[in-house]
Formats: sequence, C-alpha cells, structure tokens
Amino acid sequence: MKKKNNISQTTSNEGGKTVNSYLADEEKRRKIRRHRAIKDSMARYGVGAGGGGVVVVLTLIFVYLFIEVLPLFTGASLHESKNYSIQVEENSDTYMIAMERYQELAVKFASNRMAIFFETANGKVRHKELLPIPPDITITSFGKAEANTGVVVFGLSDGRALVAKHDYDLTYPDDKRYIDPKIVYPLDGSAVVVDNEGRELKAIAVQKSDNGIAIAAVTIDDRLLLVLYRSEESFLTGEVEVAREAFELPSPPKSIFKILVDTTTKNLFIADNAGNIHYYDISEPDDAVLIETVSVLKNKNSSITAVDFLLGSVSLIIGDSNGNVSQWFLVRDEKNVHHLTHIRDFEPHEAAVVAISPEYNRKGFVTGDNSGIVAIHYSTSNNTVLRQKISDRPIKDLAISPINNALLTVDIQGNAKNYKLTNLHPEVSTSILWSKIWYEGRSKPEYIWQSSSATDDFEGKFSIIPLAVGTFKGAIFAMLFAIPIGVMGAIYAAYFMTPKLRGVVKPTIEIMAALPTVILGFLAGLWLAPFIENNLPAIFSIITLTPLVILIFAFLWYKLPSSWKYKIPSNGLEVLLLIPVIVVSWWIFIKISPMIEVTFFDGSMRQWITGIGINYDQRNALVVGIAMGFAVIPTIFSMAEDAIFSVPKHLTQGSLALGATAWQTVSRVVLLTASPGIFAAVMIGLGRAVGETMIVLMATGNSPIVNFNIFEGMRTLSANIAVELPETAVGSSHYRILFLAALVLFALTFMVNTIAEIVRQRLRKKYSSL
Amino acid sequence: MKQWFKSGDPWIWLNAGALSIGLVMVMGLFLLIAIRGSVHFWPADIVETIVIKKNGIEKKVVGELVKSEVSTAVVMREAGYKIPENVELVRRYLVKQGNKDVTGRDFMWYLEDHMGEWKYPKNLVVLERREWGNFYGYPLKLIENGVVVIKGDEIWPELAARIKRSNRLFKKIKKIEKYDIGDINRQHEYIRLEQKKLAIEENLSPDQRKIKHEKFATILENMNIIFASHQKQLDQIRKDLKRDILIVEIMDGSTVEIPLEKIVRFARSNNMNIAAKTGYYGERLWEYLTEAPREANTEGGVFPAIFGTVIMVLLMSILVTPFGILAAIYLHEYAKQGPLLSLIRVSVYNLAGVPSIVFGVFGLGFFVYFLGGNLDELFFPEKLPAPTFGTPGLFWASLTLALLTLPAVIVATEEGLARIPVTTRQASLALGATKAETLWRVILPLSAPAMMTGLILAIARAAGEVAPLMLVGVVKMAPSLPVDSYFPYIHLESKIMHLGFHIYDVGFQSPNVEAARPLVYATSLTLIIIIVVLNLFATSIRNRLREKYKSAGD
Repeated sequence: MKKKNNISQTTSNEGGKTVNSYLADEEKRRKIRRHRAIKDSMARYGVGAGGGGVVVVLTLIFVYLFIEVLPLFTGASLHESKNYSIQVEENSDTYMIAMERYQELAVKFASNRMAIFFETANGKVRHKELLPIPPDITITSFGKAEANTGVVVFGLSDGRALVAKHDYDLTYPDDKRYIDPKIVYPLDGSAVVVDNEGRELKAIAVQKSDNGIAIAAVTIDDRLLLVLYRSEESFLTGEVEVAREAFELPSPPKSIFKILVDTTTKNLFIADNAGNIHYYDISEPDDAVLIETVSVLKNKNSSITAVDFLLGSVSLIIGDSNGNVSQWFLVRDEKNVHHLTHIRDFEPHEAAVVAISPEYNRKGFVTGDNSGIVAIHYSTSNNTVLRQKISDRPIKDLAISPINNALLTVDIQGNAKNYKLTNLHPEVSTSILWSKIWYEGRSKPEYIWQSSSATDDFEGKFSIIPLAVGTFKGAIFAMLFAIPIGVMGAIYAAYFMTPKLRGVVKPTIEIMAALPTVILGFLAGLWLAPFIENNLPAIFSIITLTPLVILIFAFLWYKLPSSWKYKIPSNGLEVLLLIPVIVVSWWIFIKISPMIEVTFFDGSMRQWITGIGINYDQRNALVVGIAMGFAVIPTIFSMAEDAIFSVPKHLTQGSLALGATAWQTVSRVVLLTASPGIFAAVMIGLGRAVGETMIVLMATGNSPIVNFNIFEGMRTLSANIAVELPETAVGSSHYRILFLAALVLFALTFMVNTIAEIVRQRLRKKYSSL
Repeated sequence: MKQWFKSGDPWIWLNAGALSIGLVMVMGLFLLIAIRGSVHFWPADIVETIVIKKNGIEKKVVGELVKSEVSTAVVMREAGYKIPENVELVRRYLVKQGNKDVTGRDFMWYLEDHMGEWKYPKNLVVLERREWGNFYGYPLKLIENGVVVIKGDEIWPELAARIKRSNRLFKKIKKIEKYDIGDINRQHEYIRLEQKKLAIEENLSPDQRKIKHEKFATILENMNIIFASHQKQLDQIRKDLKRDILIVEIMDGSTVEIPLEKIVRFARSNNMNIAAKTGYYGERLWEYLTEAPREANTEGGVFPAIFGTVIMVLLMSILVTPFGILAAIYLHEYAKQGPLLSLIRVSVYNLAGVPSIVFGVFGLGFFVYFLGGNLDELFFPEKLPAPTFGTPGLFWASLTLALLTLPAVIVATEEGLARIPVTTRQASLALGATKAETLWRVILPLSAPAMMTGLILAIARAAGEVAPLMLVGVVKMAPSLPVDSYFPYIHLESKIMHLGFHIYDVGFQSPNVEAARPLVYATSLTLIIIIVVLNLFATSIRNRLREKYKSAGD
C-alpha cells in the first residue's frame, strides 16, 4: 500500500509566494481521516467477528457432542393420533392384532375364523379373509410365533392345526405405495394333523425356526404333542421338501395357560394356571424331558395373566394378576444344566397384566393391564420408559409397529387407538453403561462391551467399564514407564547437565513429541511385540537390572584413580558416559536371554508364564506401556524440565552456600519448589496417554476385557471409537454411545489439562514472587 | 561406599541414566527406521542352499535372507523340528522364497543346523512382478510367439530390452484406460446426471425435454463409437504384449513360464557391482516416490499417499492460518481482558490437549453427516442417494485437522504478540496511527515469525495425525488423485490416501504382512523425514526471523 496515493501534493498561494505543501487540503484530510476511522472500526469488528467466531466454533465441539448424546437420556412419548372402534362381531374373541411395517394396515385374528385387515388410521376394513376351516370345526386354541415372522397357529377341535401368516405385497402404481394384504398358509395351504387321535387341542404354540416350523399342543385328554416340519431343499432338483415328525412328550401339566416354543426348537415352556412354568428340553425330541417346574409368582394368591417371549425367544416376560412384570431366562449352572432363572423385575402395574407385545428388532416390550394402562419397558436396561393410561377399560391387545414408531391398542370393547410412538434409545441407561448387567445367555451379571453381532436378535452390550478399565490400564502402564524416565531425565537435564549439551539433548527429545504415533504403534505392534515375546527374560532384566548397572558403573567410576578422572571430565557429562554402558548392557541382556530361558524357564518363558496360569497375548499391556510411555516421555520431560530449570537461581545458590551438596539442594530445595510443575507435567502426560488412539489400536488385540494383567491386551475408549464409529448406523444408540465415549474423553482430558494449567499458572506467580 | 552414597552421587548418576535411556531409545528408534526403511530398495543377494525339511527330506532353497534369530531348542522341538538332545540354542533364518503362486508360501523359517553351504550363483535372478510378488529362479530361454529366440548366457541383454518393450506397451494401455476411456466414463456419468436432473426439473415443456433427450442420445452414440475404437486399439496392444514368454527354472527343478507382461523389472543381484546396484536402488526409490501402489498396497510406490498428505495439509494450512491468527489477535488485542477472557484462553489452550480422535468424531458427526448431508440436499440432489459431500472426503479431513491444529496456531501467535514490547505499540499510537494501522504495519510483521512457527508446527502435527482421518476422509486405496485435469480441478469431495494411514493399513490390514513390512518401514521413514524436516524448518525460521526483527522489537 502506498501512502502517496492518499495524500496528493497540493499547490497553494501564500503571501504571494508559491509554496509546495505536502499537506492535503482540509476536505481531503477529513476524507482521509474518515476513511482511516472506518478502516479502524472495520478491523475492530472484522477481527472481533472472526476471532469470536473461532472461539464459538471451538465451544461448538463440546456443544455438538453433547447434543448428539442427549437423546440417549430422553424418554419415550406417545401421541394419540386416531381414535376409532373396530368391528367386534358378536360371540367372537379377538386373538391378536398386529401392524405391518408402514403402519398403514393392521390385522386382526378373531375366533369367528376371520382375518381382518383394517386401516390403522380409521379402522376401515381393507380386506377380509375367511380362514380355511370347515364350518363344523371350531377353533379351540391360538398361538403365535416370533412377531417378525407373522406366523400364527389355530388349534382346532378335530386335533388339527392351521398355520397362517399375515403377509403384505408392496406395489408402486403411480409412484405411490400400495399395500396389498394377504394371508398365506405355510403348511400345505390347509390345516395339518397334530393329534392322530383327532382330539381337541386345548392349547397350542407355533414357532418358526431356521429350517422349519414347530407346533406344540396339548389335547383335551392331556397329551403333550410336538410336531416338527423341516423343509429341506433338494440339491438336485431345487425343490423344497417338507418332512414331518411327530412326538409325544412326557408329563404335561393339568391346567394350561400357555405353551411357548423357542426358535431353536430346543426349549419348550408351559405356563400353568397355578403360577408355574414347566421347562422341557426338546433338543432331542425322542428323549424330551421335563427339566424343572419353577414357580414364577411373587404372591401365591395371584396367577400368570400374560407371558411371551422377547425377540430372539430367549427371555420370557411374565405378567401376573397383581401387576408384576418380570423377566426370566435359562441360565447354565456349573454342571451344564439349564435353569429357568429370575433375572429382573420391571416397574409393576396396579392391575393384572393382560397383554405383552415384544418389539420386532430390539429387546423391548409393551405391557397393558386391566385398568387400561400401557407401559413400555426395555429388558436389558430395566427401563420403563413410559406409562400412560389410555382407556378406562381393560386392554385386549397391543400391536407395536415393526420399527417401533407406532402403537395400536384395542380394549375389550373393540375401541382402537392409534398412537405415534417415539422411543429411540430405551436400551441405554446409566446402569447399562456403568453397572453389571445380566445379559441373555450369561451365567451372571457382567460388564461386557459387545456392540454388534451377525444376528438380528442380538442383545447389544454397552458397558463402558471394560473400555474405561482398558483406557486406564494402558495409561497406567505407560505412566509407570514414562514418569521415572521423563522426570528423572528432566532433573538431570535442568540441573546437572552442561548448558552446551542441554542445548542438544533437549531439542532431540522434544522432536520425539512430533513423531507420529502411527509409527510408534506400527513398531510396537510389528517389531516390539514379537521381540518381547521371544526375549521376555531380556526385557525383564533390562527393566530391573539397568539401574543396578548404572550404579555399578558409577561406583567404579568413583573408585577410578583421580589422575584418570581429570583426563575425562564427568561432571555434567555423565549422560554421555552412560550411553555406551547402557547400549552394551542391553545388548548383553538380549544375547543371554535364550540362555536364561533354557536355564530357568524350561526353554520358553512365555510358556512358563502361561503354565502358571497367566494369559499371554502377543500384543499386550507391556508393549503398549513401553510404546505409549515413549510417546509421553517428551511431553513430561519437556514440561518438567522447564519447571525445574526456572526455579529461581538465588534459592539454589543460597542452599549451596549453606554447605548443602548438589544432590541435597536438588532434593530438598529444587524439587520441592518445582513439584507443582512436575505434577502438571505428569497430568498433561496422563491426558495424552488417555486419549492416544493409534498406539493402542495397533499394539493391542483390542479385546474389551476387564483386568489389569500386564500380559493381556485391552480396548480403550479412543481405539474403540476408531474401530466402531465408521461402521455404525448414524443416529443409532450405538452411534450415540460412541459419541458419549468421545464426550467422556473430551471432558476427562479437558479437566486434567485445566488442572495442570491452573497449577502451572500458580507456580509461575510463585516463582516471580520469590 | 557409605560416604559415596551420602554424597548423593548415585542419585545424580541414576538421573543421568534415565536421560541416557531416553536418548538411547530415541536414537535407536530413528536408526531402526532409517536402516530398515532405506535398505528395502537395495538388491539383496540371492542365496541357494540345501535344507533338510521337517520330514527329513532334503530340498534346494533359493531366496533372500530376511532375518535371523536365536531360539531355544525346546520351542523348536515343539514346532516339530528334530534337534539333537545336547543342543539347547538354535539359530534360524527367515528366507524370502517368493514364487507365491507356485509354492504357496513366500516366507519360510529354516534352522541353521539344517541348512547346507550357502552359494550365490551368478545366473540367479529376481523378477519383480506386477502380481504375486517377487519370483526367484534361473532363466533358461526366451520364447517369442512359441519360438525360442535365445537361451543360455546370452539371454540377459535381450531380456532387458524385451522387458523394456513390454513395460512401454503396458504403460500405453494404462494411459489409454486412464485418459481416453476415463474421459468417456466421465462424460457418461455427466450425461446420466443431466438426465436425472431433467427428470427432477419441473418447469420444462415437453418439447424442450424431447430436444434435450435427443441431444443426449446423439452424444451417447458418438461416445460409443469412440469407445469401440479405443477398445480395438487396446485389444491390439494387449495381443502384442502377450508375445514374449520367459522360461525359468525354480528351486525344485521344475520350469515355469512367465509372460513378460507380468514382469516389472529383473535383477541379477549376485552379479551386480556397486554401481549397478546403486542404479537399481535409484530406480526402485524413484518408483516408490512416483508410482501408485500395487498388490494391495504391499508393493510399488506411495505417490498417491504422499500427494494426498500434501494436498490435505496445504488445504488445512489455508483454512487454519487466517482463522488462527484472527482469533489470536482478537484474544490479545481487541477482547476485553478479564477473568472471562482468561477462562476462554485457558480453554482454547487446553483444546490442544484434547485427544485427536475426539476431533475426528466431531468432524464425522458435524461436518460430514450434518453439513455435508445438507449440502448434498441443496446442491447435488440429482446424485442422491449417492452422497457427494455427505461422505468423508478431502475437504472434511482438512477442515477437521484445521480445527485440531487451531489451538496450536492461536497459542504460538499469541505468544508472538505478547513478546512485542508495549513501547513499540505506544510509539506507533503516539505517532497518530490508528489501532488497525498499528496492528497491520507494526505488530503483525513483528509477530510473523511466531505465526510461521505456529503454522509449521501445525503442519507437522497434521501430517502425522491418523486417528481422526480414519473417520473423516482417508481410505486405503483412492481410485484417483484429488487434483486432476477435469473441472473443477481440485475435487474437494474425493477420498484421499495418506502416508500415516498407509502405514496403519499396510502394516495391520494387509493379507501378507511379512511381504509388506519393508514397505511400511520405508513409508515410516518418509513420514519421519517430512515431519522432522518441517520441525527443523520451523525452528530455523523462528530463529532467523527473530534475529531479523530483533532490532525492531527492542
């Protein structure tokens, strides 16, 4: 920018003489002044806006992470959108209602042999279908398989059963979705024989397994029957053949409330009217046995009023006439025998629980009771996210939409209500994240992180504990390694080393801080881990014996004739003398390592360790400790050195003048004064170790385990984010939990750094006042 | 002794020892990477020897010695080797045998005791292939269209010439595929998008629609004709390329046919002098620096990774510099000093210590999914549901790293601003300069070294950062470079490769880690050199500029 452009040369006539003045005339000056003022204020506001904006963006990080996490802890809500009554025929009983995926249609199965598809918005009947049951035969029982299969079964008075499935065809005429409902009959298109004797089936259950359909039924004369239909595709023709096998199972109970078969067709449960569940092992249907009969009621004077499987048919949800809701599943004991075990109770209802409707893709369920109250629960987290009175009459049945965003309720008079449901993250609660949880199929409550699996009916296990333990395990081993080297090195560099050497050594160590951790991780995982595995004795001798070697060398040096010592000055240069000593001693340790293994550990220390009952992973906490320690040493060293170096000189000089030795001065004066600074250095090092990602990702097996064994790996919060976040669905609970992990990391390191910063500032003030 | 302990000397020595350990480890690490990273390109001698296998049968082994280690006899016995009872320690060698497509295993451990005499035959050759890794063997004869052209010892010059020819043809194919056919593909995609746009567009008369459709149809037709001619040309070159075949005898005595089109280069390492080896070294180093990777990133070069790193870092610098400096000036010059500002300042400083993965999470959630998703809906509706900016890419990676390094730049700049004496400021103001003028003409030039240092340190940090990039834009294999000759030349939405991620990916996700290991060391060395040089550069600039402005500042 040239000034001359602004100030033009003017010529004025003063006292008859022509004078060249470099000052602009007044109007121009005013203009320039205004111009400058505008520029000045523009700069002010520009910088203010830009700089303030940057600060705002930085705070946005915290705010955004928080916003992403927040929905995890908000509850569910129900909004009534429609209220109508559906057709209830005289003398007919509604067995079940269910909704399809788009919540446009619902189906009702009733005892008058009708399947009615109606619109959920207004109850208008879209399609009616008469089930293929002869008029002289009556339906005597009803059962349903897992909700997402859509399969139901009707037990008939002639010992036969009709398996039906509600299904929907989607078409898009004129780019608009049209749903065409239908009923299909998976087995032969008509009723199949269950009881060869043709007696009435008083209770029935159906389940769809991977390769077929299982029907269990009890006849009026108390025989428990099991019929398995297995479909097998012929290799040659590609035709599907259905094979039927029928079995009679032993000792059925007398008064049956409900039968349930799980999807593996290995377990069968019968709930009786006396409040017992009878558990049969039917994995070998020929030798099926009644394993046990368990009383599931809290009060003897109540009875089971509703029971159903959760998704995956592992857990039973039982509701009783007192309003209690509880979860039970099979737990294996030491003898490998399964027992039906009470897992947890949910918030009880006031009246008898009469309807239970499991979610289609999660381990949640909806319960309805006789006083018209509906509650939404989630099993794993023991969350009752919502409870609402929706009717004055008892609930007849509930239908939750397959994607959990709508709820259809019907009371005993046929009044239907259609609700919009918002229930995004019921599987997350504080207890899920931080307490032991009894997961399905486990023998006891545990801390587990297992976020995904190949199957749809998987129960997400989101305990933060294994990750937090892993994070601290890695950080602790790293600090154990880094603190002695970093702090002691700093003491030496700041106080004993010659200034010239210090000028070389300090930048050398500091450049380490800029070393990409991915390189450290790669070396740790591919070079150090196998090296340590093959040379375990060497590593342990290096860790334990190196100080001894240093002391021995120092003593020998002390005993050296003084004429020698004059030739090689050692004060301030000990570090150089020690480098060859350390290199040589380490080399010797590595060379004799195999001999130590042969002599003391039967040839292999690794196997010896496994032999005494300690697990050994190749990529373990020891490797991480060394590699991550290496990454934080420069941080600790540099900051501790600064703190020690800037201890005011008159303090040390005073101490020395009073006759204290150099070491006494260091240990009693310098270190005491600088200790807050050293503490701050350690804190910042810790913050770095806690958040380090690449080293732990590459140098451990990333298995989320809860222990502090130095020979096993771990999974840290940060590595877990790096592994799982790219693969999770946006907005899912898992996604938000990973954001929570990031928020926790953020808050943790931020706090640690703030403490360190405050300590440092105080120290600076103290130094300046000394 | 007691007196010695009392003097405190042992403690001093122990402290010195801690520092020595630190130094030994730093130097050891650099040496390890420097040596392993640089020897990779040197042609290693090829050993021929006889070994006794576990089942007692002798076989000839040909390959490079990779490393050796001493192990206890117990472990080896458990692994199935027969070792005499009185032996306790055994040495074993890892031999790179190559020929993975023939023998199945390219790396094998052999015990020293089971190996015969080591020979280095002059006619042994290592062929670097485009697929399946190295090939070791004795070339017997060259065949052209089924007729033996040359055999025996005179084969070498002819082999070299013919490999040169096949490499030239191979490059030609690549060129046609990349540029000529690549052009057609691009136009195809353009027309597909235009057609989709046309379908979305509402206010167009049927006639206009028809005209446009016809136009597209003619373009497509023309393109098909051009494509067919290219295809014909390619077929011809491919046929030419198949002309020569080399017959090689491998270690088990059988012969293998290798088409020359599969060979990148060959080396008779046992017959090379230093000059020849240096030439070969230079050739491979050049390939490493300028070519794209081959064989699932385990061979070839890392050029796209270097390029991606540089472009990303450049873009980040452009983003971080103005904002970092603005924020620092605001904090130090304009904002009202007080407890609130100290709080803000400490918070900003502390952000430098927040784990980088947190920034990655923020970048993925906010930039990619939130900003990117909305940008796509506004500007690229015709490409949906395929995301343009709503997916990790170059711009988001740079922006995330800019955020990550922002505190570093702010801290460095503020330090520079604080170092300027108040008197300098006051002098400028006293002469009548406004605050903005003082800032622009006095303070900024004086604090330039500090800003420069901050920026370079930010670059050094960004170049080595991997964890956040895994979330916001770096991939193991990018199909194209982010900068090319097609509008808009810099493709901000494209995915990039990155040296640091390359190390992680090749070292830990590769199917053949043993074969990839030397390349990982070389990549590490490259990255370390870049970062150390940048750091030294930052220090020297700081020192030089500090000197330059010293007189002005005092």
